[in-house]
Amino acid sequence: MSSNPDFWSFVFGRLSWESFPLHEPILVITFIAVALGGAAMLGAMTYFRVWPYLWREWLTSVDHKRIGIMYIVLALIMLLRGFADALMMRAQQAIAFGGSEGYLPPHHYDQIFTAHGVIMIFFVAMPLVTGLMNFVVPLQIGARDVAFPFLNNFSFWMTVSGAVIVMMSLFVGEFAQTGWLAYPPLSGLAGSPGVGVDYYIWALQVAGIGTLLSGVNLIATIVKMRAPGMTMMKLPVFTWTSLCTNVLIVASFPVLTAVLVLLSLDRYVGTNFFTNDLGGNPMMYVNLIWIWGHPEVYILILPAFGVFSEVVSTFCSKRLFGYTSMVYATVVITILSYLVWLHHFFTMGSGASVNSFFGITTMIISIPTGAKIFNWLFTMFRGRIRYEVPMLWTVGFMVTFVIGGMTGVMLAVPPADFQLHNSLFLIAHFHNVIIGGVVFGMFAGISYWFPKAFGFKLDPFWGKMSFWFWLIGFWVAFMPIYVLGLMGVTRRVNHFDDPSLQIWFVIAAFGAVLIACGIACFLIQLVVSFLRREQLRDLTGDPWGGRTLEWSTSSPPPVYNFAFTPVIHDHDAWWDMKQRGYTRPLHGFRPIHMPKNTGTGIILAGLSIAFAFGMIWYMWWLAALSFAAMIVISIGHTFNYHRDFFIPAEVVDRTEKSRTALMAGE
Amino acid sequence: MSAPTLHAATPAEEVAFYVTEEEHAHSGASTMLGFWIYLMSDCLIFAVLFACYGVYGRSYAAGPSGADLFDLPLVALNTAMLLFSSITYGFAMLEMERNRKGMTLLWLAVTGLFGAAFIYFELYEFAHLIAEGAGPQRSAFLSSFFTLVGTHGLHVTVGLVWLVTLMVQVANRGLGEDNKRRLMCLSLFWHFLDVIWIGVFSFVYLMGVLQ
Amino acid sequence: MSPDTMAQHHGHDPAHHDGAGHGTLKGYLTGFILAVILTAIPFWLVMGEVFANPQVTAFAVMALAVVQVVVHMVYFLHMNSRSEGGWTMLALIFTLVVVAITLSGSLWVMYHLNANMMPMPHHDMRGIP
Repeated sequence: MSSNPDFWSFVFGRLSWESFPLHEPILVITFIAVALGGAAMLGAMTYFRVWPYLWREWLTSVDHKRIGIMYIVLALIMLLRGFADALMMRAQQAIAFGGSEGYLPPHHYDQIFTAHGVIMIFFVAMPLVTGLMNFVVPLQIGARDVAFPFLNNFSFWMTVSGAVIVMMSLFVGEFAQTGWLAYPPLSGLAGSPGVGVDYYIWALQVAGIGTLLSGVNLIATIVKMRAPGMTMMKLPVFTWTSLCTNVLIVASFPVLTAVLVLLSLDRYVGTNFFTNDLGGNPMMYVNLIWIWGHPEVYILILPAFGVFSEVVSTFCSKRLFGYTSMVYATVVITILSYLVWLHHFFTMGSGASVNSFFGITTMIISIPTGAKIFNWLFTMFRGRIRYEVPMLWTVGFMVTFVIGGMTGVMLAVPPADFQLHNSLFLIAHFHNVIIGGVVFGMFAGISYWFPKAFGFKLDPFWGKMSFWFWLIGFWVAFMPIYVLGLMGVTRRVNHFDDPSLQIWFVIAAFGAVLIACGIACFLIQLVVSFLRREQLRDLTGDPWGGRTLEWSTSSPPPVYNFAFTPVIHDHDAWWDMKQRGYTRPLHGFRPIHMPKNTGTGIILAGLSIAFAFGMIWYMWWLAALSFAAMIVISIGHTFNYHRDFFIPAEVVDRTEKSRTALMAGE
Repeated sequence: MSAPTLHAATPAEEVAFYVTEEEHAHSGASTMLGFWIYLMSDCLIFAVLFACYGVYGRSYAAGPSGADLFDLPLVALNTAMLLFSSITYGFAMLEMERNRKGMTLLWLAVTGLFGAAFIYFELYEFAHLIAEGAGPQRSAFLSSFFTLVGTHGLHVTVGLVWLVTLMVQVANRGLGEDNKRRLMCLSLFWHFLDVIWIGVFSFVYLMGVLQ
Repeated sequence: MSPDTMAQHHGHDPAHHDGAGHGTLKGYLTGFILAVILTAIPFWLVMGEVFANPQVTAFAVMALAVVQVVVHMVYFLHMNSRSEGGWTMLALIFTLVVVAITLSGSLWVMYHLNANMMPMPHHDMRGIP
């Protein structure tokens, strides 16, 4: 093999046998488990011949509902990886005291906290949010698909590619050891000469393209494809929050893309943006990445607010209190979220005028958020509240999120932040809002819309188990972290000397185990619900007494969503229709125009993995070839002018007749 | 499915809960808006690069400054190329609206030539700077200069590839509705790059020469 | 506003139903001539060293750039408040606000950092490697 080293380094770049972490038993065991499990699953799929079905009906699908479901499946898979990282960190911190080094060396521990952050934000929270929006928004506005169905498929697969790139780093090479935002100079070539940061950069760039395009897509959908009569002030609240989220995506993800390009230029070309030499300034990176980073927080939380609004009004059987104020609060948050980014680095050295400006804007942004909480409370007030699982998540959210919001206001005070910056108090704060807000919201959304997607409800017993484990687990896991933070313990440390701190870390680790039980209960819930699907079946399409348009169609909805495009007279359109004696149209169906499935998205995304791999390992031929292939295939795709077809009227008629038969109880 | 006009329901429609009439084909009615939103996101990428230039624009690291390096007559020539390509693209659009395929293709080709000339001069300038030892690695000022101007150039290059693709498509399939929409998207893209270039020549070159 | 805004059509004509603006020959020529003038002046101001004070020149260059951007928006990109029901204009305004925040915020923040951490005027730094 060493006969011609130039040739081999041309073919494999930096990749060599040493790149495979064969000396780390944890990784080897994980790899064997993943390989065996994966081989078993692939074998079973081949044996049962599901590949053609999967390829035709799911992988190449441009149906927004299926893409939405696939996003959520991706998120749940990545949640398991991200949460495994969390458990490992908690275990390490609980035992690594005094003489004990724990079981994770710093090199490995640093990769784990970086991977945990990256995965949880980009590959769990983002796909959950995007998936839910994809599934729900077109149904809520009475549309048959999104504005650009192919682009939607492509966006999804780019997100998957990003996740695949992160997962590859587990077994080939290493991941970044820089923390989830990869601040230079640590993430520069001098600080991180390995492939870890390159994995980080390319995973985020590839997934970022998907996120940006799906943002463009959903904005165009909401703006252009609303059913007749649905003025902006008749949009369901979830759709409003989705619109604002996607506006934030489109106006902030380019900043992330640009700043990561600059970091890559520093690493690959040798420019001096974020170096300490030749005029570069690492602080510019921190400034720029938080211009993306703060809107990102609201990208995640706004759709959760939308879910809670839908859930509260449905399960209290009341109109949402203060619809207009809810809309304005959302819009105000959208704009203000661009004016607060500096609160992430008060301590970096700006003067009092800058710090106080951003401190004040940060405190102001809590006002519209508070207004929303009051709106939900007033909706509940004198409502007939049904404590079904989605409502439990909502109430759990309100209690938890308010605490997280208040610790956020504490951190917004610059002098206080100088004490709390980079401490575990900050960690506890943002987990408090992200778990208490985003995660609870997404679980509320999943249990709320699950019957719409699959035609049967989720089993309530295991849902409640999951909720209580999550809620109690969260409090047990993160209250000690708040305490430790106030005592001055900093983040990202893998060994402590002061034994008096240990008890708090042990309690936190116990809380993490409780959360693990919550996740297990959720998975059991999926299995149990599938097995009991006949008892949990919903034939009406409206299992909760819903208020918005998605409940007017069958569960699961037909490919075309609505046989006739609905006309809207109220923002609770379906409630209004039910009140006024709407009857389902039974005949007179017409052919429906729909987009065709295409495999281009998954092929392009696959090539993007090859491109990223080539760039990460300096296999320039691979990067160049796969990039050229991507260009050629994209251009080739534009030569296909026949991207849609008509569902014949007879098929629509048959589908609707079978629903009529089901509803009649046959 | 095209967006319905959103006037309030008239009393006659009050009881209608769905529309029964034939709807429009899914004809890409959202494409122009979608593409515009994409351009807005591109704007943000340039905003970051301009911000970098604003911050690093005087970080010469004891190296050459804009006044030492920039060749304003060359920049003026480049600007002229881009302006000419703008008006010729406009002519192509006017011909397209009159459904004159040959003339549309001709003006598109002229636009492409001006665009290619722009790229040629820009590459010439870059090669010259690098040969002088003023490459992007020399100082943060030059890093941000090359990145900003280069990103614009990369966009123009993408525009050229797109232009050639569209010329082939127009030549093959004529000026159908699809191709017209694509030409209009490229028109937005092309003119958008002009707007960015205004920022580049004013903020980078002209202000860079001023001391 | 401009002659091309008259060319707005919604619906019906299949080539026009996307609601984007369309130009006229007069519109394009007007835009082109204005653009040429607005490009020539700043180049002349800088290359001819018309003003003794470079700050005046800088201010004039930026002002002319802003005017030229508006000219391009109106005559080449056919921006007006009616296309796509006002959504393109709204998107543009929102983007400009965010761009302004990004640019001015970054400059403000970074200037403050430099002022606090490196108390040297910029021109002094030129001599330091």
